[in-house]
Amino acid sequence: MADDIDGTTSKHLRGKYAIAGVGETEFMRGSGCTTRTLGTRAVRAAMEDAGLEPGDVDGMLSYSNNDSTPSTVIAGDLGIRPNFYMDVYGGGSSTEALIGIAIGVIEAGMCKTVAIFRAMNGYSQVRIGGTGGAGGRAPLSSGGLFGRAYGLMSAGQMFSQSFMRHMYDYGTTPEQIAMVKVIHSEHASNNPKAYYKKRVTVDDVLNSRMIVKPLHLLDCCVETDNGNCIIVTSADRARDCRHRPALIQSVVGRCSKPRTDMHYQHGPISTTAGYYGKDILWPNAGVGPEDIDVTGSYDAFTFTTMLQLEDYGFCKKGEGGDYVSNGTMRLGGKRPNNTSGGHLCEGYTHGLNMVIENVRQLRGHIDDSCPIGADGRRQHTYDYSEGGCRQVKDPELTANLGWAGPQTGSAMVMAKG
Amino acid sequence: MTVEGEYLGMNIRISDLDQENQEFFGHCANHQLHLQKCDHCQLLRYPPTTACPWCASPDASWAAVEGKGTLHSYGEVHQAIQPAFREHAPYMLVLVDLDIQNGQPTEHEALRITGNLATPEGDLAPPELVEQVGIGSRLRIVFKDAGDCVSIPLWTLDETAEQPETPWRYPEST
Repeated sequence: MADDIDGTTSKHLRGKYAIAGVGETEFMRGSGCTTRTLGTRAVRAAMEDAGLEPGDVDGMLSYSNNDSTPSTVIAGDLGIRPNFYMDVYGGGSSTEALIGIAIGVIEAGMCKTVAIFRAMNGYSQVRIGGTGGAGGRAPLSSGGLFGRAYGLMSAGQMFSQSFMRHMYDYGTTPEQIAMVKVIHSEHASNNPKAYYKKRVTVDDVLNSRMIVKPLHLLDCCVETDNGNCIIVTSADRARDCRHRPALIQSVVGRCSKPRTDMHYQHGPISTTAGYYGKDILWPNAGVGPEDIDVTGSYDAFTFTTMLQLEDYGFCKKGEGGDYVSNGTMRLGGKRPNNTSGGHLCEGYTHGLNMVIENVRQLRGHIDDSCPIGADGRRQHTYDYSEGGCRQVKDPELTANLGWAGPQTGSAMVMAKG
Repeated sequence: MTVEGEYLGMNIRISDLDQENQEFFGHCANHQLHLQKCDHCQLLRYPPTTACPWCASPDASWAAVEGKGTLHSYGEVHQAIQPAFREHAPYMLVLVDLDIQNGQPTEHEALRITGNLATPEGDLAPPELVEQVGIGSRLRIVFKDAGDCVSIPLWTLDETAEQPETPWRYPEST
């Protein structure tokens, strides 16, 4: 523990835990396999990445919207004997929250090393757009009578009022917002794993068909099938693993606005949970937004990236339109966001892939197309033109900002180990 | 007794265990907006809850409320997901600040009601009506009957109110 950290507060955990391994399947449409297979492959890939054997992993956490396979099944397939496991309901904002839970259960002595996974056939089985599933056909009762009865059901439909109000409150323009997709598409073009690798323009976004105003098709994320996993353990154990650890400095988990029963009741509705989360994130990390080199602001929609960057203090409230369109977020800019292409382009995993990307950034070992040298490491060129490099030069600190909705979010700061 | 109904081809079923929603929609069936009013702190609340979001008191009484307000924000659905809504697209999702208790108990709070823009008869608004409505538009509540003990509250332009000259709408590209 550093001398300047008050041991009586949560700050004493700063840097004590780390992400030691990351892994994923391909991002696909039509995986041709079960979420059990996707989860097993992802956990196995993360163990390999960390240099761990199944016997080294004794904790498991997963999250899903009842569209995945439980930890116990994946653990059994891989020969992992859990001292702790838990499968949590939920999508976006779960990643960072579960990392916090993993730290807590390790700190409590319940286990030593936790694999956190998300496995989903988000295109070929349960689509996030809300087009399928029993939820849309069940009789309307309590909650549904205030939502689904009005054709207010999908994420885009439920968030549209918050997005629209931001444009009204602050004069944010469709062209500014479209730049989130443009920039993330540039990043994806340098990511061989990305589902959509094609670079797009502002006009491409604005000319794509309207889904729910203010969201065009290209303002919305991709739907994919994939499994993703990270492995959390103590920083000391992580230092014995294969790669440089990504140290966890601070986590915020499912921090919420008032009136989680119906968040519209407590405005401003264009303010997100990050307004509250920032007061946990930055003091516990001991740094501020100005210190962060790379962000992973959740992009379920173009707007969600902007709203969270504002509320966590990367720019003033209302100036998010300028922030996301002035080049700051671009590779080569001051603070690149979602260098993988994020949910808009790489693939949809409810936030886990954005954490994986930042772990690789901190390792200095991004999996782009740069040549691999004699030492087995990529020789990064820092040429961010199409098909080129996407490694940020010597990043020290990253921030992930996870989104469940305007009312609930999670966040995490990581440091180079 | 379970309340049953049907709206736009969707079945409605409100269990008799769900007393708060049976009461809310029962008043709607009489074409009246009633909200719970906390017996302790006297604040109205929406949607129905089992205790007061401000003082946690479980005790509340139902109070008649005038169904008039201002459009706080909206979404406009062009690609409908639910089959019932496909023939009505583009339809408008409205969020209406009721006049009563607006800005209380704190500045950014209001009784903000979800719904759709509708004709005075309670049918989903056609595109030419949707285009007339934006943030700041004055709206009044209407009800569409959906069963003996349930009607669906919706919103239409308030013909008697002074409307803003140009309610704020999403900027159309030129």
